[in-house]
Amino acid sequence: MSFGGGAVAYLREYIVREQGWLDDEGFLSAMEISETVPGLIAVNMSVIVGDNLRGIPGAIVAIVGMLLPGSISVMTLAILYQSNHTNPDVKHFLGGIAASAVGLLGTVALQLGRKQFGKMPDALLVALTFFAVSIFKISLPLVLVTLGPLAIWLYRPSASPERHADEHLPFHRGPRHHLFHVHR
Amino acid sequence: MTQHPTRLLHLFLVFSLLSVLALGGGNSVLPEMRHMTVHQLGWLTDDQFRSIYSLGQVVPGPNMLMVLVIGYKLAGWLGMSVVGIAFFVPDFIIALSINRLWIRLGDWPWRLSIQRGLAPVAIGLMISGTYTIARLSVVDVPTLAIALVVFGILTWRHINPGILVLLGGAVYMLAMH
Repeated sequence: MSFGGGAVAYLREYIVREQGWLDDEGFLSAMEISETVPGLIAVNMSVIVGDNLRGIPGAIVAIVGMLLPGSISVMTLAILYQSNHTNPDVKHFLGGIAASAVGLLGTVALQLGRKQFGKMPDALLVALTFFAVSIFKISLPLVLVTLGPLAIWLYRPSASPERHADEHLPFHRGPRHHLFHVHR
Repeated sequence: MTQHPTRLLHLFLVFSLLSVLALGGGNSVLPEMRHMTVHQLGWLTDDQFRSIYSLGQVVPGPNMLMVLVIGYKLAGWLGMSVVGIAFFVPDFIIALSINRLWIRLGDWPWRLSIQRGLAPVAIGLMISGTYTIARLSVVDVPTLAIALVVFGILTWRHINPGILVLLGGAVYMLAMH
């Protein structure tokens, strides 16, 4: 079962350690792309690993493999739910699951955001995005076309002198920024 | 069952839009998904949205497979297929294209600017996704306690979150029985 950020640690274990499909650098590079482009991170990851190993057919097989077992399970549950949705026990069971998911999502967001909360302008961008979406209810497309370019501009090539500092990390082609802590 | 071409087109448009907006993962579009499906289009109630979200939590693979259930509920198996294609194909094409472009971008300095700039925006969106589910599911003292206990356990101990999520469901069911 892959849940939230846990999926990534599992992916790394399997792709790098067990199968040897990618080395650490290849894995981190695939992670960078998966985090930066839209879409579910584990799904993007499967597409990229599949593409790197076997081209487009590989990417197709990988995404189908990633989605098929869960699709069958979720539809099975959906059909069971359809005939039991008035049962108060079912309703409360699902309610408890959603409440637990809040705890899980909160943990994942805090773990992933650790690096962002302590430094500027990242902390400001995190807060701006949250307030825009959740408090001021601005539509997501509008938030992304305004804050996205602003955020990229704040990190424009000439503007961040400190980024030379992490250029000498092990097996990095260049400075990079991890959303996920794959080394947990 | 009669098919509604307009409904299918609508489903396709909504979920392909959500697909390209999902910066930082599926949870990032939860607020927009709820806004569109519950408030704008009136397809679901908040209770239904929360229950479908919970179904996605207990299956292997991405939680966002919940979108298939929304498609199924609104337009049967065809609706499920339309939503599956709309939600996953655009991301597939984008991930594949950027993967091939990435190497060529090499040391292009803006590549790093995009990566670093978008990371905090993605985190903000994840927190918004968490907030949306919290508003829907933390409805009384027991649900608040469950959310906090799960948060506490996962912060200090590395255990399988799937088991914890199922336990949370069982505890609330028994508490309310």
